[in-house]
Amino acid sequence: MTDQSQQDLVTITIDGVEVQAPRNAMLIEVADQAGVSIPRFCYHKHLSVAANCRMCMVEVEKAPKPLPACATPVSDGMKVFTRSELALDAQKGTMEFLLINHPLDCPVCDQGGECELQDVAMGYGGDVSRFNERKRVVRDKNIGPLVSTDMTRCIHCTRCVRFGTEIAGVSELGATGRGEFMEIGTYVEKSLSSELSGNVIDLCPVGALNAKPSRMKARAWEMVEHSNISAHDSFGSNLIMHTLRNEVIRVVPQENPDVNETWISDRDRFSYEGIYSDNRLTHVMHKNTSEWEKSNWSEALHTIAETLKQYEAEDVGFLVSPNQSNEEIYLTQKLARALSVNNIDHRVNQIDFEHDHADPAFPWLGQNIADLEKQDVILIVGSDLRSEQPMLAHRVRKASARGAKVFVVNPHHCEFHMNLSSHVVVKPQDWLESLVSLLAGLNNNSELKAPNEWQTLLSSAKVDDDMAGIAKALLNKENTSVLVGSLMRSHYEYSSLRAISFSLAQLSGSCFGYVSTASNASGASLLGALPHREVMSKAIDEPGMNYQQMIQTPRKVFVLIGLEPEWDCALPAQTLKALEQAEVVIAINSFMTEAMQEYCDWMLPIKCYAEAEGTKINIEGRWQAYSNVVDAEVEVKDGWKILRMLGAELQLDGFDYVDINDVRKEISQQLNESFEFSNELSSMPNIELKHWEPDIVFSTGAAPIYTVDAIVRNASSLKQAQDLDESVVMVNATDVEKYGLLEGKWVKVSQGEDSSIFKCVVNNDILPGTVHIPTGLPRSEKLGSAYAVVELKNLSVA
Amino acid sequence: MIHFLKSFSLWELLKGLSLTGKKLGAKKITIQYPEEKTPQSPRFRGLHALRRYPSGEERCIGCKLCEAVCPALAITIDTEERDDGTRRTTRYDIDLFKCIYCGFCEEACPVDAVVETRNFEYHFENRGEQIMKKEDLLAIGDKYEEQIAQDRETDAVYR
Repeated sequence: MTDQSQQDLVTITIDGVEVQAPRNAMLIEVADQAGVSIPRFCYHKHLSVAANCRMCMVEVEKAPKPLPACATPVSDGMKVFTRSELALDAQKGTMEFLLINHPLDCPVCDQGGECELQDVAMGYGGDVSRFNERKRVVRDKNIGPLVSTDMTRCIHCTRCVRFGTEIAGVSELGATGRGEFMEIGTYVEKSLSSELSGNVIDLCPVGALNAKPSRMKARAWEMVEHSNISAHDSFGSNLIMHTLRNEVIRVVPQENPDVNETWISDRDRFSYEGIYSDNRLTHVMHKNTSEWEKSNWSEALHTIAETLKQYEAEDVGFLVSPNQSNEEIYLTQKLARALSVNNIDHRVNQIDFEHDHADPAFPWLGQNIADLEKQDVILIVGSDLRSEQPMLAHRVRKASARGAKVFVVNPHHCEFHMNLSSHVVVKPQDWLESLVSLLAGLNNNSELKAPNEWQTLLSSAKVDDDMAGIAKALLNKENTSVLVGSLMRSHYEYSSLRAISFSLAQLSGSCFGYVSTASNASGASLLGALPHREVMSKAIDEPGMNYQQMIQTPRKVFVLIGLEPEWDCALPAQTLKALEQAEVVIAINSFMTEAMQEYCDWMLPIKCYAEAEGTKINIEGRWQAYSNVVDAEVEVKDGWKILRMLGAELQLDGFDYVDINDVRKEISQQLNESFEFSNELSSMPNIELKHWEPDIVFSTGAAPIYTVDAIVRNASSLKQAQDLDESVVMVNATDVEKYGLLEGKWVKVSQGEDSSIFKCVVNNDILPGTVHIPTGLPRSEKLGSAYAVVELKNLSVA
Repeated sequence: MIHFLKSFSLWELLKGLSLTGKKLGAKKITIQYPEEKTPQSPRFRGLHALRRYPSGEERCIGCKLCEAVCPALAITIDTEERDDGTRRTTRYDIDLFKCIYCGFCEEACPVDAVVETRNFEYHFENRGEQIMKKEDLLAIGDKYEEQIAQDRETDAVYR
C-alpha cells in the first residue's frame, strides 16, 4: 500500500468494531467488506447510488436521524450502529411500507426462495399486516421474449432502470408516474433490444422481472448449480448453469471481476435452449444410396476408417469449427497429421490467406480484458462489436464512459451504444484506401515510420479530416488500442487490412488486438488446426491447403467437425458446391441441417455445450475448463472420444487416451511454458490499391448477433428476440431509385453465377452503392463472400 | 426375608390371576375388522388426495413446498405456465412406498391442496401402481371432498 492511499484511509466504528476504509467510500461498501450485513434493495455495487428504497437506514452518532448507508460517505471517527433501536425501527418501518403493496404470492412467484424482499422480510418484517385496504395492482408489460414481467411485485428500486442507462447503454426501462402511481416500463410497448437485457433478471430484487424461457419451470431451491464457460464468443464469460433432473433450466453469471464482472450477455444466458432443439443429431446416421438410415458407432467408425485409408492424403480435407474445445481441435489435427493430411483449417470465416505465414502463433486481444477499460483511445477496425462480443463492447463502453475516445472504421454501418468520437463507414472496396490514408496521417506525424516499401503508397495518400483526427488522438494519448474484428477477417483484402492496422498500432505505440467471434479461435491457431503450422506454430515444410483452396479445388473427402458450413463459412455457395461434388462427406456435429442431409454420407452425433467437457482459451489467453452439466442422449458422444476411437480404428499411434486429462496432459507438454503472447506480424505484405469501376454495387454482410453459431441458431427464444426478417436485403433509398427496385418487393441479388432472392428494405444507414445482406441465414447461403460485387435486379411489378 | 415370604405364598401368581379375573367380566374392546372399525380423528393421515375449489379449479399452484418438505422424497412435481398465465403442475406423483404419512405435505401446502384422507384401506396389484399420479389424486379428492372439507373445518379452530 502506498503512502498516498494510507493517507486516504479513515477509521470508523461499525457496531463497536473498528474498520479502516478509504475516504469517501459509502458506508454500505465498507460494512459489506467488514462482513456486517445491512439490508438493501436499490443499492448494487456496479450501479450508481439511488438511495430510493430507504431500507439501509443506519444510526450514525451525532446524526439526528437515521441515514441511508448506501449514500453516506464514511468520515474519520464515525460511529455507526446498524442494529440499534433507532436503526431497526427505521428498517422495520421501511419494510412495512414496502409490504403494503407487495403481493404475498411467494408460492407462485419464480423468485420465491431467492428473493431479496422475502429474505429481508424474514428479518425485518412484521408477522401481521396492519394494512387492511386494497393493494395496488399494476398491469404487466410485454417487454419481449426473454424477460417476463409481474409488475405488481415491483418495489421501484430502479436497479433495472439504472442498468439500462449505465451498463447496457440503452435506456429502455423507465419510471412513469409518482408515488402510488409509479410504474416501471418501456412507456411505449416494445421488446428490450439490448444484448445485455437479461441481466435485469438478476438485478431485480423481487419477482417483477424474471426469465421468460424458464418461467414457472422450477423453484430456486431445487436446482443444482454447475460452473460453465460461454460457448459463443471468445470472451469466455463464466456462467452458472442451473439444472433440474438433468435438464438445464436457466443460466446466470458467475462473478469474475477479471472477465465478465457480474454480467453476461443474453446470448450466453438463453442459448441453452438450443440443446433441446429438434434439429439435434441424436443417432449415428448413414446415407445408403439416397436414404438416411440409423447406424451404430462401431460400424460407422470402421467404415469411415476404411474410407479414409482408401484415399490419398491430399484428397482429404478437414474443416474444424473454431468453437470446438482444445482437446477436440488438438486430436483433429493429430489425427489428420498421422494420416499425412495437412489440409486442415479452422479459419472458415476467412477468405484471404495471402500472408498467413506471418500470422501470430496466438492471435489475442493484446492485453487483459480488464485493462481495456483503462484505455484512453480505442480504434475499432472492422467489428460490429456489440454483436460479435457483447461483453467486450461493454468494457469498451466503460472506457468511453470514463472519457476515452472510441473511433470506428467499418465497411458498413453498425450500431454502437456509446459516444463515438468518429464512426467512419466506408465502402468495402474503399476500406483499404481509407486505412492507408489513416496510416499516412500517422506516418507524417510519428517518429516511427511505416515499412519502406509502403512509403510511396503513403506519400500519395490523401489524409482527410476524420483520419487526421484519429491519427492525432492515437499519437497524443498514452494508453491506446487498435482492435480488429471479424468484419475484417471475412473481407477479401484481409491480409493487407490487417497489416495496415498492425502498422497503425506500431506507429502509434498502441496495443494491437484481435476480436474473434468464435469461442476458441485463438486456441485453434495455437493448437495447429492450420494447413501450414503444427501445434505451437511449428512450420510445416509442405503446407496443406487452407479453407479457400480446399473449396476452390474441391477435395474428394471432407471431414467436418462442429460446422454447419452453409452458415458458418465465409464462402457458403462455393462450400456447398464443393461438398456436394465430394465423394465422401463426414459430419461430426451436434445439429443437422437440411443441406447437411444432401451432401453428407455420415453424420456422427457429438456432445454440445453443457453436455461436453473440455477446455477453451479465451481472448486474453485464459485457459478455462468446463465439465458436463447434463447428460446427452445415449448415442451422442464426446468429441475427443470420437476422435480417439477413430484414431484407434485407423491403428494410429498415440490414440490410447483413457480420459480427457490424458489429452490435456499431452497438450500441455507440447506447449512451451516460456511462450510469449505477441500479436506481431513476422513480415509485412506488399500493398496494392485496386481500382474499381465507380458504378458497381458492393454487398456487405455480417452474421446477426443470434446467428453466430449452431447452438444460438437453434435457441428459440433468442430467435424470437432477434426479430429478424431473414429474407431482406437492405438498400439505400438512392439505389432503390437508381436500380429500379421496389420497397418490400423481391430483388434478385447475383454474385457471379450465384444468386439469391431477397425482399428489398430501404435503410439509409446503408451507403449508396452498397447493399447489406445479413449472413448465416438460409437465403445468404446461396451467395459467396459477404464483401463482393453484386448485381441487383427487380423481380416484381409495381 | 420379604422375598422369601413372597415366593412361598405364591404372591406373584395371585397378583397375575387377579388381573385376569378383573378383565374376565369387563366389557370386550376387540374390534371385528372389517365388519367393525375404530373411530377416526379428523386429523387422521391416510391416503393422499388433491383438492379442487367448488368451481372445479384444482387448488394446487405448483409451489413445490410439499416436495421440498417431504422427508422421504416421495413427491415429484413438474410445473409450467398454463395458457391463462397461472402456475400449474404437469406432473404430481406421490410414491406411496416411500411415503411415511407424516403429514408434512399437508402442513406445508399454502392452499390446502394436498391433504391426507381418512382412507387407509388400499392395495396395489402391480409394480408401479404405488406411484399415485395427479389424476388419481384429484379423483380421490373429488370422491372424499365432503369428508375432507368437514374435517378441515373441525380442525380449523385449533389452528
